[in-house]
Amino acid sequence: MFGESSFGGILRRDLLLAFRRGSDVLNPLFFFMMTTSLVPLATGPSASQLALIAPGIIWITALLATLLTLDGMFKDDFADGSLFQIILSPQPLWLLVLAKVLAHWLVAGLPITLVAPLLALMLALPDAGYVPMVIGLAIGTACFSMVGAVGAALTVALQRGGVLLSLIVMPLYFPVLIFGASAVHRAVEGQDYYPVLALLGAFFTFALLTAPFAAAAALKVGING
Amino acid sequence: MWQMTGRFIRKWFHRLGSPRWFYQVTGKWLPWLALVTVGLLMVGSLWGLGFAPQDARQGNSFRIIYIHVPISVLSLAGYYVMAAAGAVALIWKVKLADMVMVSAAPLGAALTFLALLTGAIWGKPTWGTYWVWDARITSMLVLLFLYLGVIALNQAFTSRDTAYKACAILSLVGTVNIPIIYKSVDWWYTLHQPATLKLTGASTIHPSMLKPLIIMILGFYSFYALVLILNTRAEILTRERRSSWVKELREP
Repeated sequence: MFGESSFGGILRRDLLLAFRRGSDVLNPLFFFMMTTSLVPLATGPSASQLALIAPGIIWITALLATLLTLDGMFKDDFADGSLFQIILSPQPLWLLVLAKVLAHWLVAGLPITLVAPLLALMLALPDAGYVPMVIGLAIGTACFSMVGAVGAALTVALQRGGVLLSLIVMPLYFPVLIFGASAVHRAVEGQDYYPVLALLGAFFTFALLTAPFAAAAALKVGING
Repeated sequence: MWQMTGRFIRKWFHRLGSPRWFYQVTGKWLPWLALVTVGLLMVGSLWGLGFAPQDARQGNSFRIIYIHVPISVLSLAGYYVMAAAGAVALIWKVKLADMVMVSAAPLGAALTFLALLTGAIWGKPTWGTYWVWDARITSMLVLLFLYLGVIALNQAFTSRDTAYKACAILSLVGTVNIPIIYKSVDWWYTLHQPATLKLTGASTIHPSMLKPLIIMILGFYSFYALVLILNTRAEILTRERRSSWVKELREP
């Protein structure tokens, strides 16, 4: 589809690697489903109560599931040395980083977005909430991937980077969580949710314009350990 | 004219970039800065605690404003100091700037924590609760998380050279995000909770209460500068311990 371009090459390679291994796609999904199903066990199965907190639960678990996969975004390439080839290649690094971010979203964020309605059904989310939830999650997980790429790049060479990565990236996720969850809340309450999704879209656009450059700079620093 | 200014700036820039020069110059400044700090803080706190009038509604408990507000102002300003130092270190590779950035992170985190703590202590008699999910309080909490992230990242690296660059990038990304986080939290708060708890606005504060507050803010600014310089000097000595001029300091 992308011919011989380096962007398409990296995207195709990352997707092939992820789907042939399988667990890269499935494990975050299982994590997403399991943590979500923990909530009714902890708070009680009353449908009216679950409906109130469903948007929040789904957004938080989606955030955590994405966070879990971030660590691997550059780490495998770093371990086998191909990351150095990517950095040394005469292509603009931000473009290659963007390809990796897109691949990460297709492997982690998109499946989570597609499974979310099922979990929302189990959490008794009112009907009006589904459309803004899916649209919001699609944009929001892409934001998670992009902002997270900066953190993943900074911690790429660290042995125990996982918890640290969550620590440095999570504060930057606050706006996405606020906009995303409140779009669903507003839809459930019968209010207009487009402005909130538009704000989420604005955050996405801003992240798209800045995060790849920051991540590329971070990658050049991070590989030194 | 322009050539001379350019030469002057370049000379100054090069000098300031040298940790040794910074150490020697700030050594001369320190006693004066300490004097100014102690003077301002003493005048401000005596005036604020002893002579400023009582608040009509809060009585004497409002007097914590003289600690809380300056600390909160500085905890935010401290993040920009850290990020600006990080940017200078990243762009011009000034060694000193990276030491300033590394010293500013724990100082800022401590100030943010104190701002939250004094706010909680003030909140109990005023609002009847230690914590509310108010927009400002929540964004201060996020600011604390941002500081902690920079500190944790700094400690994770074995190479100093990588650590400062990574921290600089992270604090710059954080700086870009602070206004967004603040606006989103503000917006979230106004959407979800009616503003039931309101203080008498800061802008309506009476001049007799405002004057000591301004003195305290100035005092805390110079306190911040003092501690930052002390921290940076300690960082310089640790990092340059193998250089000849530090050894001379130890064994004159």
